[in-house]
Amino acid sequence: MTETLAECVAVSRRFGRFVAVAEVDLILRRGEVVGLLGANGAGKTTLIRMLLGLLPASAGVVQVFGGSPSRQARRRIGYVPQSLGLYDDLTAGENLAFSAAVFGRGTQASLPDWLRPYARVPVGGLPLGVQRRVAFHEALEHRPELLILDEPTSGVDPLARARLWDTIAGAVGAGAGALVTTHYMDEAGECDRLVIMAEGRVVAMGTAREITGDAQVSVVEADPLAAAYGALEAAGFPAALAGRTLRVPAVSPADVRRALGSLAARVSEAPVTLEERFFQLTVSDNRAQAAG
Amino acid sequence: MSSPPVGAEGWGATGVCVRYGKRLALDQVTFPISSGQMSAVVGGDGAGRTTLLRCLSGAMAVSEGVVRRPAQRQIGYLPAGSGTYPDLTVAENLAFRAAAYQIPAAEADERIVGYLNRAGLLAVRDRLAGRLSGGMRQKLGVIAAMLHRPALLVLDEPTTGVDPVSRADLWSLIAHATAEGVAVVIATSYLDEAERASRVLVLDAGRAIGAGTPGQIVAAMPGRLRASDARPEGAAGLRSWRRDGGWRVWDPDEGPAGPRGSGQAAGSGRPVDPDLQDAVTVAILARELAGREEQPAARKGVQR
Repeated sequence: MTETLAECVAVSRRFGRFVAVAEVDLILRRGEVVGLLGANGAGKTTLIRMLLGLLPASAGVVQVFGGSPSRQARRRIGYVPQSLGLYDDLTAGENLAFSAAVFGRGTQASLPDWLRPYARVPVGGLPLGVQRRVAFHEALEHRPELLILDEPTSGVDPLARARLWDTIAGAVGAGAGALVTTHYMDEAGECDRLVIMAEGRVVAMGTAREITGDAQVSVVEADPLAAAYGALEAAGFPAALAGRTLRVPAVSPADVRRALGSLAARVSEAPVTLEERFFQLTVSDNRAQAAG
Repeated sequence: MSSPPVGAEGWGATGVCVRYGKRLALDQVTFPISSGQMSAVVGGDGAGRTTLLRCLSGAMAVSEGVVRRPAQRQIGYLPAGSGTYPDLTVAENLAFRAAAYQIPAAEADERIVGYLNRAGLLAVRDRLAGRLSGGMRQKLGVIAAMLHRPALLVLDEPTTGVDPVSRADLWSLIAHATAEGVAVVIATSYLDEAERASRVLVLDAGRAIGAGTPGQIVAAMPGRLRASDARPEGAAGLRSWRRDGGWRVWDPDEGPAGPRGSGQAAGSGRPVDPDLQDAVTVAILARELAGREEQPAARKGVQR
């Protein structure tokens, strides 16, 4: 059995009466990438903060490297927060040296080649893509066994995203484990497993294929689309524009056909995308009822 | 309503250049836009997307070329970073916008409730905009930009960093505007979103490196793609990138029909049909490789 790096057992976290994380079970093993997906406010960052030891759990057990989260455990974790966690007024080299000192690796950090052109520029003045690479480099410098990455690829072009994933895969191939949050559903393909959270709870877990299963969406082709869109809207069916078609998740073709009335339109079915399945799983019941 | 013919209004950018001092931020960019259609501008950090959108919305003058757009009152513009007032509530932000555009109160109320409902924001109408989540703030920004029913809606990265549920709400707002005949232009770094657009412009370092329908951009991709489980060795390694847990390898010299009759496969791995994400990645990679060959000689004009 591959070594477990981090584990949550029935972990909850309350803020006053608000339950941010509710009875979450999660295991992260060496050599695997787990994608943590969820809407803003689903509890992902709170869960991450508990793993890092920045927040105690209100209930349940959080274990990292077989013990409670601690400073010793933190030394073995590489963490890139959404905000990147760099000091804007320091150069990349100064940021790396500071991080090296904090992790007890002396006060000198060597600058990678790609950073040399920016050696004298404060981090705040670097392009966002370069800042992201600096944050990654900093998080990996101490050869962490556990990577925790909060939206590492937001706003990055596809080639740069592919390269960031290559860096993650390199660390995982060398024996680390990674927990990665992302809003790009196509990046699910880079993850060995996905965990989907909604309103503090885990609502689905498994590979992308296991999560989408055999679910279908209704697809409407009509010209012009506006009338079809209006009819679906009047029936309370949320439709998404996709090229010259409309996709209607969670409504059967028969119901869609009925809503379209006498309009000339072709209604068919297509396999649900992970994003559509995510939407079905995470939109709360009252929203779903309000929408349809 | 019937769809107007493409480009009937003649809106959009033609041969547009923008200089910031010596730096050329946009270099001869042409981008037609049409009513009732969603057009997308894609590219990485520093590609020139924001500059182009600012030119289209009238927020910035061009150094060369022509931008045709409707009258300023007929334009709705969401700048990158939301464009809402953090110290006003959701309702106050929209009431302010309605007053600025002199929308009659009763009509404004009806529109505001309709949009907030569609975007799932009705329950937070009295919350300060500064206390909304990123996704909610972006939705508010898009509603504010479309409240006066503009003919042209320009949205700069409305969905970056926004979770998929809020993105779906944003897409519902955008689809609604498009269905009503608005010309919508968005900048995005999500290629799956760009795939929904009627027309896509791929920018890199201020230049258009691809334009057309998503299908045309994919069809215009030079060479061929293969999928491989591992990164290839040598030169092919420079022409490869991660995708879906494996590797894509681009061979620029293979014709789109493949090495027919050559008797041997020119590359390893399974041939794959590219999608928009592959085609855009190839375009960026090709530019990068060409830049490496030119090294560091005369890349006149455009500097990153």
